[in-house]
Amino acid sequence: MAVKSAGGGSKGYKPVSMSAKEYKAFAQTKEPSRSVWTNCIRAFLVGGLICAIGQGIQRFFMAAFDMTSKQAGNPTVAVLILLSVILTSMGVYDKIAQWAGAGSAVPVTGFANSMSSAAIEHRSEGLVLGVGANMFKLAGSVIVYGVVAAFVVGIVYWLFGIGAWHDTSG
Amino acid sequence: MILQGNRSWVFQNPPVILATGTVVGPDEGQGPLAAEFDLVHPDLEIGQPSWEKSERALLEQASDIALQHANLKQGDINFFVGGDLLNQIISSTFAARTLGVPYLGVFGACSTSMESLALASLIVASGAGKHVMAGTSSHNCTVEKQFRYPTEYGSQKPPTAQYTVTGAGVSVVGEKGEGPVITAATIGKIMDLGITDPFNMGAAMAPAAVDTIQSHLEETGRSPGYYDAIVTGDLAGVGHPIATDMLKRNGVPMQQTQFLDCGLLIYDVDKQKVQAGGSGCACSAVVTYGHLLKRIAKGELKKILVVATGALLSPLSYQQGETIPCIAHAVSIEAPS
Repeated sequence: MAVKSAGGGSKGYKPVSMSAKEYKAFAQTKEPSRSVWTNCIRAFLVGGLICAIGQGIQRFFMAAFDMTSKQAGNPTVAVLILLSVILTSMGVYDKIAQWAGAGSAVPVTGFANSMSSAAIEHRSEGLVLGVGANMFKLAGSVIVYGVVAAFVVGIVYWLFGIGAWHDTSG
Repeated sequence: MILQGNRSWVFQNPPVILATGTVVGPDEGQGPLAAEFDLVHPDLEIGQPSWEKSERALLEQASDIALQHANLKQGDINFFVGGDLLNQIISSTFAARTLGVPYLGVFGACSTSMESLALASLIVASGAGKHVMAGTSSHNCTVEKQFRYPTEYGSQKPPTAQYTVTGAGVSVVGEKGEGPVITAATIGKIMDLGITDPFNMGAAMAPAAVDTIQSHLEETGRSPGYYDAIVTGDLAGVGHPIATDMLKRNGVPMQQTQFLDCGLLIYDVDKQKVQAGGSGCACSAVVTYGHLLKRIAKGELKKILVVATGALLSPLSYQQGETIPCIAHAVSIEAPS
């Protein structure tokens, strides 16, 4: 195996040398812009639509089963979860999300999607190590930080006694 | 075979690509190159119970097709050089188990197509093997599952993201025979200009492609005009314009040739919902073995340089805030003289 030094037409191009900062700024000029306004409007429309559907379901339970708005809350959430899981397993929810952005991440349906998608995905690894261990892969952090936030807010209420006039409403 | 410069191999008795096999999934089947692939699957499952098994099946099918086209049996193959994107390169390893051929597993992320082809050529050119198979695969859902989120999870992808190609491409390289020849290869070095966003791989990989193209031209003494086309692996809509601009700035006369990208060729980027374009190991493999080699056979192209680019990150490395190291390997393929 012979070794030959770089010969031929050594054209001596400029080497690739840019600092990370320079390159980032340069690369950004080639990136398609992300339309914040379009995304906001889509999120508003889809998020609003999901909430309006939820409201409709709640009204249905109140009218059909003579429930109070509070009693209708839980069955409404259950129906929204069911709808979200059906759309997820049909492979539709992720397509809605690509269009809607933050709009389809609204609590009930977004949360159900994050759990069911992980459960479906990891079914191949079995019920315990797959579904069981991975179901909260994405939703877990929502629960953790939701609980932490509730704890902090609870302390604030307790310290400033805001709870006193909050109670009067109930 | 001669080492030229620091990292280019020039093959004096160029190895021949005797045959190829390409298999793709439904999205690639709706793209502009659909007719060029040997087998197009209408669904992503491919009759398998898990995404990982589906990807493996793609590679096994592509290998079978390549062997059929080469008129060879598994026993005629000395080595199989392969790799993929999954942890511990399980697609290639498990496919090699089915093939029962001596196996060298390699990992170069999406540059694996040309890394394996360069190594297969080196083995054949050095006389260490008569028939060597090079192949790689990727599957949209296995990659989403491993690197991003569950496939059905609703998250919006930014326009800089790329769509992983579902498919597999395999070639059989031999000492003698009919087919396009491999005249040279340049091995890439890791380039990292500090991009951390895994949804912007094109920008992360572009400097690696530029570095390898420049080194290849310098070390082989070839000008871009030597090639009818220089084709990058999967830089797509963001990375390819960056590479074009960088090459221009560095004084490389790319106007002498066509500068293409497999990630932009495989899909109709404007119509198909693939964000910036295609990516994944199979992207450059199926476009090269399916589309580009057919163009060489038809006489539309005579000499091409395929520069497969790879982003060598892991889910762990980017979660820990590390930047994305990238690489590009170039292989020069020419019509038989």
